Amino acid sequence: MSSDLVVLAVLMFAATYPSRALGLLAPGIDRLPRPAIEYLQLVGPAVLAALAAVAVMVRQPEDGPPVFHVGIEWLAVAACLALVWWRRNLLIGLVVAVAIVAIARATGVAALPA
Amino acid sequence: MRQDVPALTAAASPGANRRRLLVEALAIAVSAMGFGFVYGLAARDAGFSPLEVVAMSTIVFAGAAQFAAIGYVTGGLAWPVIALLTFLLNARHLLYSAALAPWLSHVPRSRRAVMAHLLTDEAFALSIGHFRRLGRPDEAGYWIGAIASTFIPWNIATLAGVLAGGSIPEPARLGIDIIFPAAMIGLAVGLVTGRRELVAALAGGLIAVAWALFASPALDLEPSIGVVVGGVAGPAIGLLVPSSMAAERAPLGSAASAERYAMPGSHLDEPAEGDTR
Repeated sequence: MSSDLVVLAVLMFAATYPSRALGLLAPGIDRLPRPAIEYLQLVGPAVLAALAAVAVMVRQPEDGPPVFHVGIEWLAVAACLALVWWRRNLLIGLVVAVAIVAIARATGVAALPA
Repeated sequence: MRQDVPALTAAASPGANRRRLLVEALAIAVSAMGFGFVYGLAARDAGFSPLEVVAMSTIVFAGAAQFAAIGYVTGGLAWPVIALLTFLLNARHLLYSAALAPWLSHVPRSRRAVMAHLLTDEAFALSIGHFRRLGRPDEAGYWIGAIASTFIPWNIATLAGVLAGGSIPEPARLGIDIIFPAAMIGLAVGLVTGRRELVAALAGGLIAVAWALFASPALDLEPSIGVVVGGVAGPAIGLLVPSSMAAERAPLGSAASAERYAMPGSHLDEPAEGDTR
């Protein structure tokens, strides 16, 4: 069983724990300048959207440069996006996204990923 | 006690407040179970071993960052870059920590050090609301919010997810591979609480794809570097929206913001009047 990523988990802990602990353990030195707070407010949406966009729209063939991908994944992710926006429930969105892809692949509408 | 965060209902009895906390914690726990299971499935589909998934959930214990790490790892990002992105994504905890500090200053330092590791969006949203309704600190209330509602259910569910994922012979046939991007976009939608977030998300996504398709091949870099570029440049572009037009509904560090970062679908009450911190 691979354990390489345990080290990465420790590294991610080291990147996370100070933010969690600073205010509780050293009150008074946690004040961030307003521009920094405003920037951090936007990091979450930008990083998560970037991850989703690259995962859905970019494919890396074994040979050659990355290619723009269009497929059933777009519909599934769009459905999830709409459901989360409408119902504020991520689990429902995920279930529907998985169902769309599974049905499309089972019926031959979409191919299995390479 | 904070003077800028008034108690919501100073007259409510401790018993009634504790019961309300338990009900809210149960709702969060149910959501954490579902979301944790899905995380375990997605991590297994990406090639994480059960040990690695359990390590992520116990050592990192930050849902959105853990999900994002699946993409970073499969994209081949260097670990220092992953650490930097994790720091940026989790830096909001600094504001939660600062907001809770006045309520928990009487707790021994060693216990506060443990509390810090368990400080999640869910724990913050549950405990700050509980303290304010109670009008005083309640250490047991924090532990309920941090451990019973999130840490235990999240870890049990991720383990169940990764074990279940390992028993599925062809995950792609079941659409398991769509969980990761769908979860990312769903979490991003939950964080769009104003026009700046919307612009940052759109810019981040577009820049990431454009970089992955054009700049990465030209510079002989991994396409996943586009995520870093989009994730860093997107907020800068979002800040170009004038504050007068931002229409921000959940400032970072507020309980309303914490609930947005918590698993969508597990939201507690609507933010209270004047809840800006």
